[in-house]
Amino acid sequence: MALLGNIHGVLTAGLNGDHSWRLKDYVARGGYEMLKKILAEQIPQEQVISEVKKSVLRGRGGAGFPTGLKWSFMPRSLPGDKYIVCNSDEGEPGTFKDRDILRYNPHSVIEGMAIAAYSIGATGGYNYIHGEIFEIYQRFEEALDEARAAGFIGQNILGSGFNFELFAHHGYGAYICGEETALLESIEGKKGQPRFKPPFPASFGLYGKPTTINNTETLASIPFILKMGGEEFLNLGKPNNGGTKLFSVSGHVKRPGNYEIPLGTPFSTLLEMAGGMRGGRKIKAVIPGGSSAPVIPGDVMMDTTMDYDAIAKAGSMLGSGAVIVMDETTCMVKSLERLSYFYYEESCGQCTPCREGTSWMYKIVHRIENGLGKPEDLDLLNNVLGNIMGRTICALGDAAALPVQSFVKHFRKEFEYHIEHKTCLVPKDVQWAGSGFHHFE
Amino acid sequence: MLSAESLKRFDREVAKYPAEQKQSAVMACLAIAQDEKGWLAPETVEFVANYLGMPPVAAWEVATFYSMYELKPVGKHKLTVCTNLPCALSGAYHAVEYLRQKLGIGPGETTPDGKFTVKEGECQGACGDAPVLLLNNHRMCGRMTPEQIDRLLEECK
Repeated sequence: MALLGNIHGVLTAGLNGDHSWRLKDYVARGGYEMLKKILAEQIPQEQVISEVKKSVLRGRGGAGFPTGLKWSFMPRSLPGDKYIVCNSDEGEPGTFKDRDILRYNPHSVIEGMAIAAYSIGATGGYNYIHGEIFEIYQRFEEALDEARAAGFIGQNILGSGFNFELFAHHGYGAYICGEETALLESIEGKKGQPRFKPPFPASFGLYGKPTTINNTETLASIPFILKMGGEEFLNLGKPNNGGTKLFSVSGHVKRPGNYEIPLGTPFSTLLEMAGGMRGGRKIKAVIPGGSSAPVIPGDVMMDTTMDYDAIAKAGSMLGSGAVIVMDETTCMVKSLERLSYFYYEESCGQCTPCREGTSWMYKIVHRIENGLGKPEDLDLLNNVLGNIMGRTICALGDAAALPVQSFVKHFRKEFEYHIEHKTCLVPKDVQWAGSGFHHFE
Repeated sequence: MLSAESLKRFDREVAKYPAEQKQSAVMACLAIAQDEKGWLAPETVEFVANYLGMPPVAAWEVATFYSMYELKPVGKHKLTVCTNLPCALSGAYHAVEYLRQKLGIGPGETTPDGKFTVKEGECQGACGDAPVLLLNNHRMCGRMTPEQIDRLLEECK
């Protein structure tokens, strides 16, 4: 089990690994009570949305957009089909929280989606699940069967007259489908290439119908928020950063895994929960919000709290809550080379600045790493990334550029050393030992 | 072309989408076809397209876009090792090296007996269990220390 701890756990409270994901377990934890209450009392849609707004729940997929506000964009009284789509296409390096939510608490996602559908006037829904987690997709399908048999999804739910059909769609290996409009294209059976916005999905979404797309963790939080009240959830975190959040901690820590903590918790506390640094080594750098977030030097990170505003102030993004920790045995050039390769490989190829720019960035970092860098390469990198940022249809361009920009900015000396000495500043055997197999606790 | 069992699975997927949106099932149907055939030959892709009433080129675009479809034959057991940064920090390249020692092949290669293919993969969304590898697109294997790799290879024999 990769859910390793929590402080004031909400989403992960009462879970017992693979033994508590079924409908009966969720119901025993108070599951589906909110859906029942909303439908029985016919609570007005505006009232549900307003409660979500009060919680200041911000989208947990990476962008941090307020969920209640997003829901309010839907033309809910417009006749015709409308959709709620759950984005479980979790493929941002460092992020593995939605996998655990689907694995250990799938019914919270189903209930959250049903409540969301009710609130925005949707009658259809899809959960788009990352291609590589087939076993989780199978489990979610089983959970859907359970929910359907119990009458929580389908036609005339619990006799209320509310209809909501929900299905799982399995991805097949494309990071870009985590971008919401690429994800819609993918559900439509096409290449996952993002759409130009506007029109936004709330007016032209899946099959051209009004659609809201939310992240798995966001939707899974909904039943809990409504149950405890928006304000109480907000107060678990800090102003403008409501509630608790799952953080996926990976890299050079003793106990990599998911930890649920209130937003505003010091990074040092999270690091401690993850067992501290592997081998007691010194922290060098942290990517605090998934591979697309700018890297931050370790000492700056140690003084930061884990919330949207504090991490933005420290010069990065909370993003998806994926915390990649790197210790002193890490070569920053080698690390950036791998990240740049990822964006080069995953660029969908639609926009020239991203398609060509990600290739250039990878090639330049690759040659620096391999001792063929030229003194002017660092300026060239900045030039290339400057020509990507803000010039593409979707955010992947910026996501590819930000790591390059921040690695070079904070660790420029290491890049210069590489170019001058044609090798790593951190000896290769030290790197190999530092990132190697280790004993798990 | 495909077994009755696979076609039954096709129909289950098609039923998830509005009647006029059968194309939505193309990703699932290609995956099902690949499960049966091991890889996607052009005629398999064309069969899926015809089944769903979409132009073959549109199905081909999907087959070539998503990385888990195989457009050439692969070994009976495909081991996709994630080597992205978080995994690389926790032994992914050691796992690749160990597989090279054991199987005599590197990423992108297949053993001469056609039993194993090793690939390097992009983020599989399981970084907490690094090093991870995905077996035949279906089974996520985490914390792949040499002992675990030995066990898995033994199981695949």
